[in-house]
Amino acid sequence: MLNIEIDGKALEVEHGSTIIDAADKAGIPIPRFCYHPKLSVAANCRMCLVQVEKFNKPLPACATPVADGMKIFTRSKSAIEAQKSVMEFLLINHPLDCPICDQGGECDLQDIAVAYGTSGSRYTEEKRVVFNKNIGPLVSTDMTRCIQCTRCVRFLQEVGGMMELGMVGRGEHAEITAYVDKSVNSELSGNIIDLCPVGALTSKPFRYSARSWELTRRPSIAPHDGLGSHIEVHVKDNKVMRVLPREKESINECWLSDRDRFSYEGLNSPDRLKVPMIKHNGAWVETDWKTALEFAAGQIKDITNEHGSEALGVLVSPNSTMEEGYLAKKLANGLGCGNVDYRLRQTDFRLDGKRQGTPWMGINIHEIEELDRILVIGSNLRNEHPLLAQRFRKAVANGAELSVISPLDNDPLMDIAHKVIVRPNDMVNVLGQILKAMSGLQRLSLCLPPSLNQLLEEIKVRPNTQAIAESMAGHGKDYDLISPKVGIFLGNMALSDPRFTEMYSMAEAIGGISGAKGGILPAAANSTGMHMMGVMPSSTGMHARAMLEVPRKAYLIVNIEPELDCQHAALAKAAMEKAECVVALTAFKSQALEHADVLLPIAPFTETSGTFMSMEGRVQSFTAVTKPLGECRPAWKVLRVLANTLGLQGFDYETSEQVKDAIFAGEKPSAVVWRSLNNNLKQLVEIQVNIKHEGLQRIGEVPQYESDPIVRRSPPLQKTKYNIKPMARMCAIQLEALGLVEGDVVQVKQDKGSAVLTVKLDNHVAKGCVRVAAAHEDTVGLGDLMGDITVEKLSAEQLQAHTNASMEARA
Amino acid sequence: MLSPQAIEKIDYELTKYPADQRIAAVMSALRIVQTERGWLSKESITDVAQYLRIPEIAALEVAGFYNMYDLSPVGQYKITVCTNISCMLRDSDEIVDHLKEKLGVGFNEVTADGKFCLKEGECMGACGGAPLMTVNNHTMHEFLTPEKVDAILEELK
Amino acid sequence: MTTPTTAAASTPMNSYEAGKPVMTDLNGQTLLCLRTLAEENPASLETYIKLGGYSALKRIVSEKTKATDIITQVKTSGLRGRGGAGFPTGLKWSFMPRYFDGVKYLVCNSDEGEPGTFKDRDIIRYNPHQLIEGMAIAAYTLGARVGYNYIHGEIWQDYEIFEAALHEAKAAGYLGENLFGTNFCFDLYAVHGYGAYICGEETALIESIEGKKGQPRFKPPFPASYGVFGKPTNVNNTESYASIPWIMQHGGEAFAALGVPNSGGTKLFSVSGHVGKPGNYEVKMGTPFTELLEMAGGVWKGRKLKAVIPGGPSTPVMPASAIMGATMDYEGLSKARSSLGAGSMIVMDETTCMVKALHRLSYFFYEESCGQCTPCREGTGWVYRVITRIVNGKGKMEDLDLLTDVSNNISGRTICALGEAAATPVLSFIKHFRPEFEYYIQHGKSMVESQNDAVVDGKAEPK
Ligand SMILES: Cc1cc2nc3c(=O)[nH]c(=O)nc-3n(C[C@H](O)[C@H](O)[C@H](O)COP(=O)(O)O)c2cc1C
Ligand code: SF4
Ligand code: FES
Repeated sequence: MLNIEIDGKALEVEHGSTIIDAADKAGIPIPRFCYHPKLSVAANCRMCLVQVEKFNKPLPACATPVADGMKIFTRSKSAIEAQKSVMEFLLINHPLDCPICDQGGECDLQDIAVAYGTSGSRYTEEKRVVFNKNIGPLVSTDMTRCIQCTRCVRFLQEVGGMMELGMVGRGEHAEITAYVDKSVNSELSGNIIDLCPVGALTSKPFRYSARSWELTRRPSIAPHDGLGSHIEVHVKDNKVMRVLPREKESINECWLSDRDRFSYEGLNSPDRLKVPMIKHNGAWVETDWKTALEFAAGQIKDITNEHGSEALGVLVSPNSTMEEGYLAKKLANGLGCGNVDYRLRQTDFRLDGKRQGTPWMGINIHEIEELDRILVIGSNLRNEHPLLAQRFRKAVANGAELSVISPLDNDPLMDIAHKVIVRPNDMVNVLGQILKAMSGLQRLSLCLPPSLNQLLEEIKVRPNTQAIAESMAGHGKDYDLISPKVGIFLGNMALSDPRFTEMYSMAEAIGGISGAKGGILPAAANSTGMHMMGVMPSSTGMHARAMLEVPRKAYLIVNIEPELDCQHAALAKAAMEKAECVVALTAFKSQALEHADVLLPIAPFTETSGTFMSMEGRVQSFTAVTKPLGECRPAWKVLRVLANTLGLQGFDYETSEQVKDAIFAGEKPSAVVWRSLNNNLKQLVEIQVNIKHEGLQRIGEVPQYESDPIVRRSPPLQKTKYNIKPMARMCAIQLEALGLVEGDVVQVKQDKGSAVLTVKLDNHVAKGCVRVAAAHEDTVGLGDLMGDITVEKLSAEQLQAHTNASMEARA
Repeated sequence: MLSPQAIEKIDYELTKYPADQRIAAVMSALRIVQTERGWLSKESITDVAQYLRIPEIAALEVAGFYNMYDLSPVGQYKITVCTNISCMLRDSDEIVDHLKEKLGVGFNEVTADGKFCLKEGECMGACGGAPLMTVNNHTMHEFLTPEKVDAILEELK
Repeated sequence: MTTPTTAAASTPMNSYEAGKPVMTDLNGQTLLCLRTLAEENPASLETYIKLGGYSALKRIVSEKTKATDIITQVKTSGLRGRGGAGFPTGLKWSFMPRYFDGVKYLVCNSDEGEPGTFKDRDIIRYNPHQLIEGMAIAAYTLGARVGYNYIHGEIWQDYEIFEAALHEAKAAGYLGENLFGTNFCFDLYAVHGYGAYICGEETALIESIEGKKGQPRFKPPFPASYGVFGKPTNVNNTESYASIPWIMQHGGEAFAALGVPNSGGTKLFSVSGHVGKPGNYEVKMGTPFTELLEMAGGVWKGRKLKAVIPGGPSTPVMPASAIMGATMDYEGLSKARSSLGAGSMIVMDETTCMVKALHRLSYFFYEESCGQCTPCREGTGWVYRVITRIVNGKGKMEDLDLLTDVSNNISGRTICALGEAAATPVLSFIKHFRPEFEYYIQHGKSMVESQNDAVVDGKAEPK
């Protein structure tokens, strides 16, 4: 600790901190533009100049380390002179157009100019004009307002992981720009809007739609991934106008992914369902709630009465709240039906009943950056968890060694130390190799269960897997092996794979040997919560996949578009088509709900209260930020009334809090969670390791802006470059083996379903795989996300027929 | 696509830096490509960025920062006259006027036949030989007089 | 490319006006930094070795001279950094961390681009091996494994001369692995700028070596702890390194004795502007200004001296009266209220319009500001625009105070010293030649040119 003095106030500060750190901690204001605690120090704006005793020049507080005995003056004559002069310089070329600037009212330059500037300018020469740049559908530019603080440049490079903006030119001619004609494609790009201290970078969707002081700000929780980011929803006239991050250091810090920031535009989509609807003689008719609910209840009752309660299937989105999930399950169980599930994109359910608790990410989010070795299995991190990826990036920047096993070689924008890019089948074998190598390295082979040892026997370890094993075992480098900082994580591609059980078991064994933390990276906002509450089949019930494979007579679906949200699109579609009755609780009208019979308009997260449990087990409740649109009702209420209408007992909840209390049985949520989270298996599951399986495998990724009904309807997100039509993507070797070239049109087939797609060369795809995106109307005819697939080039006639058909469809 | 000659030269420059610092060769790589192609088009900068495996914008930042890179065509011969103080004191203005008249162009303009472009330069670190100019960055002519300028232009024609 | 080279370029020896290299003989002593100059083939390894070159390096490395002993010699020599700031070289060397796990770097700053500075160019093209030897000795002393010489972009032909010298030295075993059969290894490379004055600033230069824009870094940390590729790095000017072999050959005291107290050795002065024989003059520190001016052929065309910028535009301009009695050394010039800078003497005769001279200089700083920090980026443009307005006849009397004020507001508030450099000419020109500025504002035209039209040479010079 060092003793310093700022403005006469004695302070004790940590070694290595800067003047601005010390002042910020002590609540002494120092103006700044370029400094940001999460970015490297540029010290270029010079706004933070302060006087330091024994120095004849003012020093930048943001870059000057404190020294013992330092006396600092932030408001002395020399400091004020310096600050005023910098302010004057900043304003000479800045347009004074606050009344029409979108930043007006929340502009650092405006605020600091009032506090630290002088009135009137001595500058009478011509002002600089800078042309605006088009950097994509999310961020709008007004570059004449730029004050060259380079926060945006540094953010994209340091946090986003890729240099997408630069300051080109010299001196006064220097301009912030992307490369010629390029857009900023970072999935975290919206943060540069918040970072820009002036109105140079603003939100394109929000532009000119409201003044900052007209907005009511309400806290909420982001609903699209398991991070549980804290957000602030800005509302005007009962409409969500924009979403900003709310600072939460341990979760989202001060950032937000673009998905969480811009998805709100989907809330105001014309697709929104505003009144209940019933299908009448094949046509949709609007109706009132009473009629709709009675119709729905009547249908469900009739069918369950006639065919037994197991004729009903209940599918709940993992993005639904805990309250919604709980009531859906309770409703099903009340009818005596055990067919409930939230795991819509899972194929392999062999671990059901074998776990000790609720699977989770196995570590706290903020601890990721402290890891020194990381193994990521089957995850396209930036696509699945855009903001979480940034924590991994920090870990790697801090020196962590990242190993990756995946069928996709996507650039995570961080250094990968070791990677094995193979077909999903082979991922299991690779994990086996690592396990074998590790047990050898640690001389632990004897400790492994004999059955596993036997399985590993015939496996041969290859050099690249040996390298990962050595990294996991902490060989060669000076790691702390007493409290190892190793993390192992399984992502979406592993979670959807038919061999998930194998991957999970191996990962657990590797984790055991290396002392790793970690677990799964659940995909959705409430996956962990749903699991903990057991929104899953009863011992006799059917899981999500079975409910579609063996179609039910009736379905109750909550917050999903079945063919887009389920792992087997074709099965989902067929099941809905065949069912006698589909009751859909949905916020949107949808092509995917054409085969439903009743549509009950529910409130999306902004219009209801509820609770999400994040991937790290954090239980976070939120309240509505606007009133429900039209006749929409919170889904928990709809489920309650539906249960009442069905004549079920115990559904007398008045508020969502009462539902929450019921979930936690009046206990403190964290206590319940603490008891429940556990990634361990009760017993070793029977697994197969040396899998020999020929044939092509599909990698059915869900693109990040197709992940749920809200994001699918956000126009700005859909305009980004991530919105590309699904194609049959293969690496060069694979294309050659199949005699295909980029641009060919092929028919891909899975089970009985098929899709006609264009071939795309994508060397990020492992040999033996075809990457075909899911959650898209073009691929709803296909099957398993991760499963066998065939590819055939269309004959000339077929091609002609296909073109004609698609032309017709367009007309 | 970079020419094999350019690649060979860039590879030589790369030997000067640690293997994980390919970006360090960007200055010379841009210089090599510009010398070969006359100026730095967007495609040229992309080529360099790809070869060095660096973000394109990082290469553009460098190309846009240093005066001797040309981001627009400069004709066959780019003539850069220093007009800074030491040269100015020795009548560089006269040389500039002479060149403007002879070539019929102003600063930053290319002659109609695409042969010459005239640029104003900053101090070239050779003020003892003022007034002076460079031709295509790499050849310096000192102690200029209008007659000497004429002779140089004659040779270039 | 088929650009023909001129006679001057193909035979650098003859580039000076008189057709002869400019030299002095230091009262019977050989030249120091340019000691090969009188030889027929000055840049060759052969010439350098003939004059005793590389012997100091060989002795030091083979005898395993202690680094601290070398640093002591350099300290004794009174050698101060020739790049402009005049920081004692021996002291700077002592800041390099002795023990460091990894590669340490050595950087030579040959980016001279400050108007009026052209001395390092002559070292590179006439005596490159002395620079190489000086750097090798420094590398040995400081434990640097790799060195870079960053050469100003426009003197391309000299860059090539230096590259050739490096290959020669390497082939002859003065650079590379296990030199002189010891475990001392040193790789030295030439790298080039490509037109940016700011890269003369040492941290901008380091950024540039790393393949980035030449934007200065905030200091601390200084290069000695965080330099090239983030590793400890020593940066010195070309002339500083080139002085080292002589110091190691003759001893620090001999070097110190050449100069005056606090300014050891000889110094290269780049004399440009209105003199009879512009060029580099290597003289002892402390040489009277008048002597130097005389060597350089005096004020040309028989005109009267008006003003001198003694060390490049970042040093205050001096009216003739102030410099006539001064001696050319650090203290001599600071006593005369300017400074030695890089020894770049720009001489202006009575026909010089100080308003226009300042206009040109202000344009230079405006153009060359790297643009990262606010006062310099915005202030240099402001200053330039106001002076432009004055030159265009639209000046106002308040502008002079405004210029002074804006310059004071740039100075001392920037990341690097370019801020001060940009402010210095404005402040010193207005201070010493205020009436000329006032005349220009009042009459909308230049005082000197009006007089010239009437008097000088009897005929009007078209401007
Ligand atoms: C704007 C600016 C330009 C500079 N230009 C040069 C230069 O051209 N050559 C040089 O040696 N030093 C230059 N310097 C000084 C260097 O930063 C550095 O102090 C010097 O290279 C150190 O070497 P020395 O100690 O041997 O003088 C410049 C400094 C500034 C602020
Ligand atoms: S003072 Fe000027 S040149 Fe130096 S860092 Fe600041 S902007 Fe760049
Ligand atoms: S905040 Fe310190 S210089 Fe910008």
